[in-house]
Amino acid sequence: MEGIANVIIFYLLAAAIIVSSVLAVTSRKIFRAATYLLLVLIGTAGLYLMLNYHFLAVVQLSVYAGGILILFIFAILLTSSKGDRTEPHDRRRGLSGALTALAGLGVTTWATLKHRFLYGGNPTVLGDHETDMKAVGQTLMGTDKYEYLLSFEALSILLLVCAIGGILIARKR
Amino acid sequence: MGYTVYIILVPMLMFLFLGLGSKWLRPRVAGLCGTLGMAVSTLLSYATAYRYFFVEGLQDGAYPALTAWSVQWLQFGDTLHIDMGVLLDPISVMMLVVITTVSLMVHVYSFGYMKGERGFQRYYAFLSLFSFSMLGLVVATNIFQMYIFWELVGASSYLLIGFYYTKPAAIAASKKAFIVTRFADLGFLIGILILSYYTGTFDFGLLTADDASLAVTSMAGGSFLGLSAATWAMALLFMGAAGKSAMFPLHIWLPDAMEGPTPVSALIHAATMVVAGVYLIARMFPLYYFAAPDVLTLVTYVGAFTALFAAVIAITQTDIKRVLAFSTISQIAYMMVALGVSGMGGHAGEGYTASMFHLFTHAFFKALLFLGAGAVIHAVHSNEMEAMGGLRKYLPVTHITFLVACFSIAGIPPFSGFFSKDEILSAAFGHDKFIFTVLLLVAGLTAFYMFRLYFRIFWGTERKYEVRPHEAPASMLVPLVFLALLSCAVGWLPFSRLVSSDGIPYRLGIDWAIAAGGILVSLAGIAVATRFYMRERGLAARVAAKWAGFWRAAYHRFYIDEAWQFVTKKILFRCVSTPVAWFDRHAIDGGIDALGTGTQQLSRAVRGMQSGRVQTYAAVFVWSVLVIVVCVFIF
Amino acid sequence: MMISMEHYLIVSSIMFFVGIYGFIARKNLLAVLISIELILNSVEINFSVFNRYLYPEHMEGLFFSLFGIAISAAETAVAIAIIINVYRLANNIDVRHIDKMKH
Repeated sequence: MEGIANVIIFYLLAAAIIVSSVLAVTSRKIFRAATYLLLVLIGTAGLYLMLNYHFLAVVQLSVYAGGILILFIFAILLTSSKGDRTEPHDRRRGLSGALTALAGLGVTTWATLKHRFLYGGNPTVLGDHETDMKAVGQTLMGTDKYEYLLSFEALSILLLVCAIGGILIARKR
Repeated sequence: MGYTVYIILVPMLMFLFLGLGSKWLRPRVAGLCGTLGMAVSTLLSYATAYRYFFVEGLQDGAYPALTAWSVQWLQFGDTLHIDMGVLLDPISVMMLVVITTVSLMVHVYSFGYMKGERGFQRYYAFLSLFSFSMLGLVVATNIFQMYIFWELVGASSYLLIGFYYTKPAAIAASKKAFIVTRFADLGFLIGILILSYYTGTFDFGLLTADDASLAVTSMAGGSFLGLSAATWAMALLFMGAAGKSAMFPLHIWLPDAMEGPTPVSALIHAATMVVAGVYLIARMFPLYYFAAPDVLTLVTYVGAFTALFAAVIAITQTDIKRVLAFSTISQIAYMMVALGVSGMGGHAGEGYTASMFHLFTHAFFKALLFLGAGAVIHAVHSNEMEAMGGLRKYLPVTHITFLVACFSIAGIPPFSGFFSKDEILSAAFGHDKFIFTVLLLVAGLTAFYMFRLYFRIFWGTERKYEVRPHEAPASMLVPLVFLALLSCAVGWLPFSRLVSSDGIPYRLGIDWAIAAGGILVSLAGIAVATRFYMRERGLAARVAAKWAGFWRAAYHRFYIDEAWQFVTKKILFRCVSTPVAWFDRHAIDGGIDALGTGTQQLSRAVRGMQSGRVQTYAAVFVWSVLVIVVCVFIF
Repeated sequence: MMISMEHYLIVSSIMFFVGIYGFIARKNLLAVLISIELILNSVEINFSVFNRYLYPEHMEGLFFSLFGIAISAAETAVAIAIIINVYRLANNIDVRHIDKMKH
């Protein structure tokens, strides 16, 4: 029965993600959009949990939901002095965006369903195969093949640069 | 004799000096500089003539053709190259003397005539340029150098005719002169190209050597439309000559060119530019005689017709400068006829000598006539005969010098025109009786219209002059007197001992039988003119009324200008130029414009895509990726 | 009845193209940024899904997602700094006013 529960949870999550993301991009009020984005991010964290990527789910929640969303809210509060209503949608642009999105979705779905993956979704793999936290740490800090110390350090420098750049750009002159 | 090059260089340097410095030079200084430069050239020419004829003298019994100075300018092939040089032979030395003398006289004369005109410095600069071009033309060592200076002469005469550039008539006249002569020069150029294509040289010496055998042999094979290549080449050269020398039907520019200042008319239209065509034929004479005798016949008949035609028109004109212009056309045609009837060598070449002799004497007395007419115009401020009459009391010096010139051109001994005209008549008599008759008739007409002119200016009833006409200043009288003396004197030169068709001197006496005929006809012309015009008795008007149709036609110059107008405007412009212009404007320009506007519109469209909006770019990007993905999956 | 890989992929595709739609259609710069977050998020889902279903014994997808999250955080920080600056200059954050790229 666990399988059935999994399926139900997946569909619930999927529905929540899809509905929230659509609302996030269509909502007139930017603050609400940010809130829907939060829902999407949480839903995504749920998907990671279902995939047994617990660490990733935690990172998703803490960095995205905890960090980025706070930044968004800051920005919204700073920039929307005249109320947070966006201007009415531009019909033509909305249409062109929707058309592009639908066409892309069609092509992607068609490609996804048509393609026979090497591993056609064999359920046996999805056991209680939780990722070992220790292995994650060692891989992140290792220098061997399939280990990521260099990328990790490069990323940390990138983050530093972005932090400095952000301050530099946004500071008052 | 390398110094001869300075005869040409001095006027050129003077032109540059006056042209560039006209802003800073005072008019008097500029005129003096130009005149001094010309005087230097004149003295050098006289020295050259003296040395050529009397110091260097004969070699093997003939006057040689010396290349006094030469520099290779453009090399095309082994034999084909263009040189710039100074060629001295009897006719070029003679021309040097004529041109520098007349030009100097005109320079001096202009001091008085052009006094106070705007652009006095410019005027002298143009005079120097013209003298330079003309001198360069006559000393050319090869036909291409001659062509270059030929065009320069055309350009500078354009400048001089249009000197009063605020006067529409002068502008139109200068354009007409330029276009008509330019049209003729096209023929000249093609002729040169044909000639040099076959013979492989431009050099006069090589072309005319050994009875023009080079041209005769090399051009033997070629023919076009049933005429030989030589005939074509020489006929085209004659076309160029006819343009410059105002032969029918290319004479139309010369009467209009009288819009220029009168001294310019004296220089260009009496002594120098208009005889360039005659000079060209004389220069190429062996080629004409040996390679294309048919063209020589053409020259004869065109000349004879033009002489008669212009003389008839001259009778009816009332503008005194126009009378002189048609008289010039008639006299130049006389020279052409003389060349046409000439043979080669010794007494057979009498026509050649006569032609050059007439050129020589005509230059002086026609310049004198023009300058005298200038003095008259200076006095009464009009060109029309109606405004003149009885001027002999007011302008005694002008009157006497003008009379001398009239006697000279009428061919009354002992004035210079008599000698040269007699030789021409004698040469024509020996060649063709019909031509002789025409020429005799023209001689009578010439005497008649010249004395008509003379009597109507200096005799007849006196007009009521608002300002009492006054004699010209000394600067104008000195040239008149000098030229009058020359007109009396130069006839006595033993010309055949200096200039002959083959360079060998010979004796040429006066054929008194023919001379008597010529004198009688001239005297008859003078008598009729005296009867008609010495006192105004209405006789002339009655005769004119009797011949009204003819008189009117002649007065309107037989409508040749109108015919040209018709040909150019109605036929050329409408049937050729207009469609060509349309094609150019719509098809070619339109094509280019379409290309331009097409590019512009395309770029506008492309620029529209470059909206600077990231979202548009993103949409395009997504679509592109989608297309690529679909392509990858399908293929 | 099991959840196959395609289920996840379709969910992430929808999220991706909703993001594309938002990117193209929205005028508010922050809304555009939100759309970008959606796009990045969907990509990260894909990485982890491929990792889990196709190569469960490896961890490349996991780490790609991890780094992706970090990079999107960095990108958001810079983007928001820029947006604040734009707001200072133009007093609004409408995309249509920011077309100076073409000059």
